Amino acid sequence: MQKIRNIVFYIFMLMLALQSYDLSAKNRFPKPEFESGHTQPKTITPSPRTLILEYLDVMVLLVSISLISWLILKKRSRKGVFLTGIFSILYFGFYREGCICSIGSIQNVVLALFNTQYKIPLTALLFFIIPVLYTLFFGRTFCAGICPLGAIQDIIAVKPIPVKIWLEKVLGIIPFIYLAFAILYAATASDFIICRYDPFVGFYRFDASFMMFVIGGLLLLIGIFIARPYCRYLCPYGALLNIVSRFSFIHMKITPAECINCKLCENSCPYSAINIPATHREKEKTSVMVKRYIMLSLILPVLVVAGGFITSNFHENLAMVNHKVKLASEILHNSNYGIKGKEAIEITAFKSSGQTVTQLNTEAAAIIAEFKTASWFTGAFIGLVIGLTLIGLSVFKYHVDYTPNKASCLSCARCMDYCPVLPEKKL
Amino acid sequence: MGTEKDINGISRRDFFRKGMQWAVLLGVGGLSAALISKTTAGKTVWQIDTKKCTQCGRCALNCVKSPSAVKCIHAYDLCGYCDLCGGYFRPGVIMLTTAAENQLCPTSAIKRKFIEEPFFEYDIDKKLCIGCSKCVKGCGSFGNGSLQLQIDQSLCDNCNDCSIARNCPSNAISRIDASKPYLMLGLRENNQWKNK
Repeated sequence: MQKIRNIVFYIFMLMLALQSYDLSAKNRFPKPEFESGHTQPKTITPSPRTLILEYLDVMVLLVSISLISWLILKKRSRKGVFLTGIFSILYFGFYREGCICSIGSIQNVVLALFNTQYKIPLTALLFFIIPVLYTLFFGRTFCAGICPLGAIQDIIAVKPIPVKIWLEKVLGIIPFIYLAFAILYAATASDFIICRYDPFVGFYRFDASFMMFVIGGLLLLIGIFIARPYCRYLCPYGALLNIVSRFSFIHMKITPAECINCKLCENSCPYSAINIPATHREKEKTSVMVKRYIMLSLILPVLVVAGGFITSNFHENLAMVNHKVKLASEILHNSNYGIKGKEAIEITAFKSSGQTVTQLNTEAAAIIAEFKTASWFTGAFIGLVIGLTLIGLSVFKYHVDYTPNKASCLSCARCMDYCPVLPEKKL
Repeated sequence: MGTEKDINGISRRDFFRKGMQWAVLLGVGGLSAALISKTTAGKTVWQIDTKKCTQCGRCALNCVKSPSAVKCIHAYDLCGYCDLCGGYFRPGVIMLTTAAENQLCPTSAIKRKFIEEPFFEYDIDKKLCIGCSKCVKGCGSFGNGSLQLQIDQSLCDNCNDCSIARNCPSNAISRIDASKPYLMLGLRENNQWKNK
């Protein structure tokens, strides 16, 4: 009975189709005309967040970064920095769920520079540029309490212990390596690794994969004792601001007037970012110094070339992150993504896409070639950073007073409370 | 070192600093200039191109949100209002009833409503839909393909790097302009369909 009913229905539909509308002409089952006068509901397509709100984010960034810079440089208020940090955790963290963020915007900028099709939203570009400019003028005030990732770590740094200088320097290279690879993968349009391995975004969303939850939780736990582990030893945007901040026009100072070398602030910095006065360098034999000078001037080019050479040797492995290269490799080796028993979804999808294996291989080969060139730069950059770190370690730095280390100081304003010097009264 | 002033009154360190300050400023300026033609004042959102979608079911699992921001959206304009709906019923059902064992949807998100002989209307309860694509596959292989997987823009966090886009085997997900945030068939603006 049911079958007959269906057949009758199809014939009826077919007849309807002959006098049907243009839209339903290509449909297997044309749209019925209802005799009962039924009104067809409208397809509901919920709209995305409006554009105005995206620009509001930029405004909030501008206002809050201006505010925190004023609080640090003029008001010298740790409390103000703390409260701004709470605000940015709430706004950029919980409300905006960690997206949009300046750290991730590196990748948008790089992708826009290297990819012809990608159009970068103005908001992403502004989120990249504004903190860089503010850092150039006022030091790393963005890191102090505007970045939601920094702010959450800043408020949990309750029992900071100092990190040995050699460890600090070694770990301090990681952000540059991270930056180099983030640029490599963004430039080749393969992946946005900064966003993918953002440790705290899962907390802001109350939703994370198990691995990222563990990593984020561990970083927060470590962060109680070693202040801001992500900012200091991982953050690629921090690496960028680290360089820019060295040349900042104005930078926060520990003391409001003249430093009296009282040593009270010496241990106040949770990030070991205070330059301890050093006025006398140890006398060394000239021959030792000359030898070191020659070594250092040789080691830099050697490290750059070696870094480039080694990394470019791994370019095929690095390119595996790109899904097209991965697909081509899986098809070439017939390995089916390591799945036994049934065909991998990727391969099924590829077969139904109508593309030939030759076309795929040509595309993959082009991407691998890109990786070969790009990984030279990546490796050379890493070599350069290691070389410059070595040189930086062997250069004597002359300091009379206690000053913040402009590169690693995150402008959190903790040290200011320790300074007994009163500001000079204006007469 | 570096603190002694030379004859002009500028120390080497100051000179280096000034130079680098200008370098950063020029760098930012140059970057903006280079990207100005590639900047869009608007906004982009992620969306599934239903023509490319192969209904593999990964959208339900790979979205950073749980349940996924990908939902099945019904383009009523394309729907044939079939009695035997390939998106509603499991293959090989004997009775065309709304009994749970007959339904394809694992969460019973599709509601079947009788309109008139022999037409039935299918509505999707967004709250129940998990974006598993079972109904989409069923409708597409048998019917008109009016059930389509789309990213619900009110639920999507618009991540910088879409997690399902990365895992999509058929590259169906891409950034599109936010002024037209849906890429599905059978969408017509301000269309009220009423007969008689």
